[in-house]
Amino acid sequence: MELTILAVMWTAVSAYALLGGADFGAGIWDLLAGRRAPGAPRRALIEHSIGPVWEANHVWLIFVLVLMWTAFPPAFAAISSTLYVPLTLVALGVIARGSAFAFRKSIDQPWAQRLFGAAFAFSSVVTPYFLGAAAGAVASGRVPPGLARGSAVTSWINPVSVVTGAFAVTACAFLAASYLTLDARRAGDQALTAYFRRRALGSGLVVGACSVAGLLVLHAGAPALYGRLTGRALPLVAVAVAAGLVSLVLAWRARLVALRVSAATAVAAALWAWAAAQYPYLLLPGLTVSGGAAPPSTLAAVVVCTAAGGALLIPSLAWLLILVQRQPR
Amino acid sequence: MITSALAGAQTLAAHAAHAAGGAADPVAARSQMGFSLGWHIVVACLGVGMPGLVLFAEWRGQRTGDASYQLLARRWAKAMGVLFAVGAVSGTILSFEMGVLWSGLMDHYGAVIGLPFAIEGFAFFIEAIFLGIYLYGWDRLPPRVHLLSGIPIVVAGIASAFFVVSANAWMNAPRGYAVRHGRVVGVDPWAAIFNPATGPETTHMILAAFMVTGFAMASVYAVAMLRGRRDRYHRLGLLIPLTFAAVMTPVQIGVGDWAARFVAADQPVKLAAMEGLARTQTHAPESIGGLFYDGRLHGALRIPDGLSLLLRLNTGGKVTGLNSVPPADRPPVEIVHFAFDAMVGIGFALLALGAWLAWTWWRRRDVPGSRWFLRAVALSGVAAVTAMESGWVATEVGRQPWIVYHVLRVSNAVNPAPGLANGVWPVITIYALLTVATVYVLRRLARSRPVPAAPQESDVRAHTVV
Repeated sequence: MELTILAVMWTAVSAYALLGGADFGAGIWDLLAGRRAPGAPRRALIEHSIGPVWEANHVWLIFVLVLMWTAFPPAFAAISSTLYVPLTLVALGVIARGSAFAFRKSIDQPWAQRLFGAAFAFSSVVTPYFLGAAAGAVASGRVPPGLARGSAVTSWINPVSVVTGAFAVTACAFLAASYLTLDARRAGDQALTAYFRRRALGSGLVVGACSVAGLLVLHAGAPALYGRLTGRALPLVAVAVAAGLVSLVLAWRARLVALRVSAATAVAAALWAWAAAQYPYLLLPGLTVSGGAAPPSTLAAVVVCTAAGGALLIPSLAWLLILVQRQPR
Repeated sequence: MITSALAGAQTLAAHAAHAAGGAADPVAARSQMGFSLGWHIVVACLGVGMPGLVLFAEWRGQRTGDASYQLLARRWAKAMGVLFAVGAVSGTILSFEMGVLWSGLMDHYGAVIGLPFAIEGFAFFIEAIFLGIYLYGWDRLPPRVHLLSGIPIVVAGIASAFFVVSANAWMNAPRGYAVRHGRVVGVDPWAAIFNPATGPETTHMILAAFMVTGFAMASVYAVAMLRGRRDRYHRLGLLIPLTFAAVMTPVQIGVGDWAARFVAADQPVKLAAMEGLARTQTHAPESIGGLFYDGRLHGALRIPDGLSLLLRLNTGGKVTGLNSVPPADRPPVEIVHFAFDAMVGIGFALLALGAWLAWTWWRRRDVPGSRWFLRAVALSGVAAVTAMESGWVATEVGRQPWIVYHVLRVSNAVNPAPGLANGVWPVITIYALLTVATVYVLRRLARSRPVPAAPQESDVRAHTVV
């Protein structure tokens, strides 16, 4: 049963990475959209694309947190106590990002829009970085089981965390550019389509470089994880690499629907490769999935609630996504 | 099961203290949690209360074709959208803080009280999705479907409040688990959610959310009316939320009495702190106001036998005092008593305000025109928020030194990581900025003439004040 919940949780992590991550990435492109006049249509497209969905996308993060503390409480306690600095920064980044975005679209004074826009864009870079750095800390075994047993500083300031943080930021940007170029084409704007297509290509290359650097750093800094990534998890790593390369080709040839799919596949495969490499450990050393799981009665209740909740959520979410595509009457 | 839980509690607490390398100082962590939760809960109240009022205005607007109702619905929907975004993000930090600050609690009891948070997560998700549908569907859906699409927001908002507060109720009345060999076993998460404190606590809080919303929204229009804008739009904007809140107030006072009786039975020391009752006694007086120092209450207005009569329905009834437990197990009485009296006092003042409205409406079918009435309504929003926050201070500080009543001390629940105390400053800074920005944006929204429900949509910009 703990495996079912772990799978649900990791699916939610993937959903957050693919949906919420793209919203962060859109914020990164907002930051890089250039000066006011040329940047205006780019920022308008970004706002139009993420406006209706970012809150729903954000809830995946909350869902992951509550699932983790209910189903795997020792892992949640260990991770959040050791990594309290980056996680507090993530939480503050989430506040700045979401509220600044909501405020920016609700007011019309240029100076305030620029101020909120800057807060939105800056926190869109910072937040995924610290989430990625925290993931690197867990993956490289710097968060041992127990309360605050790892270093409060070096657990997340180390070569592996720097690389995973950078990977998270660039992957978000890559996803966002891949989605935005299709949104621009649907809106009938050729210049914007080309603009984001070029950025998908460029950021895709940077993600690739980050991944190669990451594997080298893991080889040196976390040999156990490296061994399993190139062993048991190799098929998933291969899928991630292949999907990444295919994405570059698709971006080059402007096959934008396929690009959206392959970009998402590449990022999701990378996440599942990490999960496969880490399994059966939640935390190193020694906290396994079954050892860290809550009692069966709790897990059963979580499964029941997840099934019931999913039955309500999926049609609602589908309705929202369809509605957003529709033109106003 | 609960007796074995209590028996195992001491072992578990000792185990937690050992794991933490000695008890850490919880003051900074409590301040940070109290600050972020106290901030979030104001926005959360509006998230629970506003959807119903927005739907009411939209429904009246559709039925009567009255432009004032339609405009109110759009304005409120817009503000609700902004407040929901702020609530969503300011609520996220609380999820992190559960582990960042209270890792000792979650480590041992996450399996017991995690479930209501998980269900709340679903409710919140539904709320977010339907809010998106509601705001973006305003001009994309047929009017009736649009109105119906708002109902899940109302239901999910109330459900969220219920499940989150049930987790807090569990901290007051922990049920649904046993402890064996320092490990939590035999977990029954449903018994944990539906613990004895859940009924009074969730009802009290949901009504408080309704009152905060009603009085706060009415106060916005009271200020406008004081500035001379007394047209139909502003009068309706005042009347709808104020009527709603005024109806809720007497119900809330009754529920508050139920909650106080529950506390008297379940946590007598908390009740003694609320009432400033130093020693266990029969013929206990009801003490109003006063300051608690040197072990007793000074300068309070005392109603002889009042407390005995209220709790036991008998002037000779026995009421437990603070001296029933050793000093180390008593909460800081001065804060709890003051906060409790503030809540009750404001509650009765708001009841009087509602009675004023009811009297004038009965006599003249109109909102009282007096400037004093409008001034009182203008203050009622802040007053309702103060009462709600004071109630939380009374129940949370009143539970000290326990985080889980008679099971886990706060000092054993706090994250023992070095430097944790520094976190409170960046959090306060961000929230100060967030407060300024939220107030600024809401004021701009109230002022701006065109009312886009979803801002990027040009077609609604034509909709202007009538």
